Amino acid sequence: MGMTMTQKILAAHAGLDNVTAGQLIKAKLDIVLGNDITTPVAVNEFKKAGFDKVFDKDKVAIVLDHFVPNKDIKAAEQSKQCREFACAHCVSHFYDVGKMGIEHALLPEQGVVTAGDCIIGADSHTCTYGALGAFSTGVGSTDMTAGMATGTAWFKVPSAIKFNLTGKLNENCSGKDVILTIIGMIGVDGALYRSMEFVGDGAHTLSMDDRLCICNMAIEAGAKNGIFPVDDVTRAYLKGRSERTPVEYVADKDAEYEKVIDIDLSKIVPTVSCPHLPENTKPAEVLGDIKVDQVVIGSCTNGRMEDMEAAYKVLKGKKIADGVRCIIIPATMQIMKECVEKGYVTAFIDAGAVVSTPTCGPCLGGYMGILAAGERCIATTNRNFVGRMGHVDSEVYLASPLTAATSALTGYITAPEK
Amino acid sequence: MKTKGTVFKYPDNVDTDVIIPARYLNTADANELAKHCMEDIDTQFVKKVKSGDVMVAGWNFGCGSSREHAPLVIKTCKTGCVIAKSFARIFYRNAINIGLPILECEAAAEEINANDEVSVDFDTGIIENLTTGKTYKAQPFPPFIQNIIEKGGLLASLKENN
Repeated sequence: MGMTMTQKILAAHAGLDNVTAGQLIKAKLDIVLGNDITTPVAVNEFKKAGFDKVFDKDKVAIVLDHFVPNKDIKAAEQSKQCREFACAHCVSHFYDVGKMGIEHALLPEQGVVTAGDCIIGADSHTCTYGALGAFSTGVGSTDMTAGMATGTAWFKVPSAIKFNLTGKLNENCSGKDVILTIIGMIGVDGALYRSMEFVGDGAHTLSMDDRLCICNMAIEAGAKNGIFPVDDVTRAYLKGRSERTPVEYVADKDAEYEKVIDIDLSKIVPTVSCPHLPENTKPAEVLGDIKVDQVVIGSCTNGRMEDMEAAYKVLKGKKIADGVRCIIIPATMQIMKECVEKGYVTAFIDAGAVVSTPTCGPCLGGYMGILAAGERCIATTNRNFVGRMGHVDSEVYLASPLTAATSALTGYITAPEK
Repeated sequence: MKTKGTVFKYPDNVDTDVIIPARYLNTADANELAKHCMEDIDTQFVKKVKSGDVMVAGWNFGCGSSREHAPLVIKTCKTGCVIAKSFARIFYRNAINIGLPILECEAAAEEINANDEVSVDFDTGIIENLTTGKTYKAQPFPPFIQNIIEKGGLLASLKENN
């Protein structure tokens, strides 16, 4: 029996000719990632376990992004601990303020992760890099410790759901609408323990930013990973960027899938996830009477250049509605710089928005846009759980940058124009 | 390994943001974090939980973030075991890696009620509801996971195997 794309990558990293779903394997890792929340726990465990060096200083990445620039003294202590560990072990991919970005926007942008890689990260949205044709999954701090020390991790080989994409997205839709639609269809545990493999003619029409967004939220359907085949879009993106040589894996023709789900991209409409689960999706156009207090455009899901362009297209020359606070967060310094150079930042400020340095801040209710009781936010982030962005009695609606920016102008959840 | 205690019952899709809200993650101190365990959906949990008590929940327990702080605070509160219909995969992995006993058992998770007294035997997977007298059998862990748990977690097992 043939293997899925994910299974092929895992087999290669385990030194095996063949693997099957359910098999337990030990695989070599190309990158082990942590951030300023999960790395301190891993560093404590690393010391406690008596490890004295990382397996490869070029294969560990530590990105300070959740609470930096530091939100308080405790956060500063955590950053300091990460910094000291990175320095002591000469970690080459250490990203501090000024160089940092939101990890899952930063690592692909900087060419740290590439096609064919096997990656673990102590952050659930590590599944993002599947967009590049890599196997990439989120783990906890203990797995990060073991990964940093040994360069390996154990995995249960996942089965897969194939998403056969056809057609082309309408102008007012993006990757976010695709993944929200899918999560609405299969539920927050619809892909539990499995791979989500996105294939078909429609997959090739999607931009890299759309693919990164789609794979990013695979975890919101419970998946182990999301993955796209490598094509010309991938090759163009990786060219001149990858630090290591990309390796292309193709699923076998006779690979086994638990389920095949057909998605016609031309039928996707602007979609919003209502509180308090990402699976509570509705078309944006039916939510017209829902007033918002805050709009957040950013995060590892939607803080990339195309997301900034979408916001610019909507907000340029317009004014944000009275009573709405609009927070725009380019995900990396490079994206921030490009937004400055292209005049986006000026346009955002003229519209009445604030533009922040890269941070995960508001997405997880850390800082930089916390909601009070009874407040409501439409955000391009990835989770709308109870209390996710602040008070337990606040609400988060998830949407695309186009929908969020359009809603910022009206003050109500509003679908972008066709 | 066994535990016996009172049941705290929770619904489907309990996420890591309610198990330990991110606003408290500016510290990695487990005792400090444990003061806020479950507070966004159950303000009474921390006040009432006793050593060995059992959490019983629905589908997809621990969904969301990869924060290991989530199983860690449950363990630090001296919870003896979490029984659920299913677990989100990162939580499942983290629980094993840090040594928080968990069991998947749909029937037990469906029928056991809040405040019931239960006893759990991890070696056999037998869950007994002492209040109703009903017994359930959960799927035991595969041997490689039993090995990790027996050695006291992933890092301890790595050390031993090296």
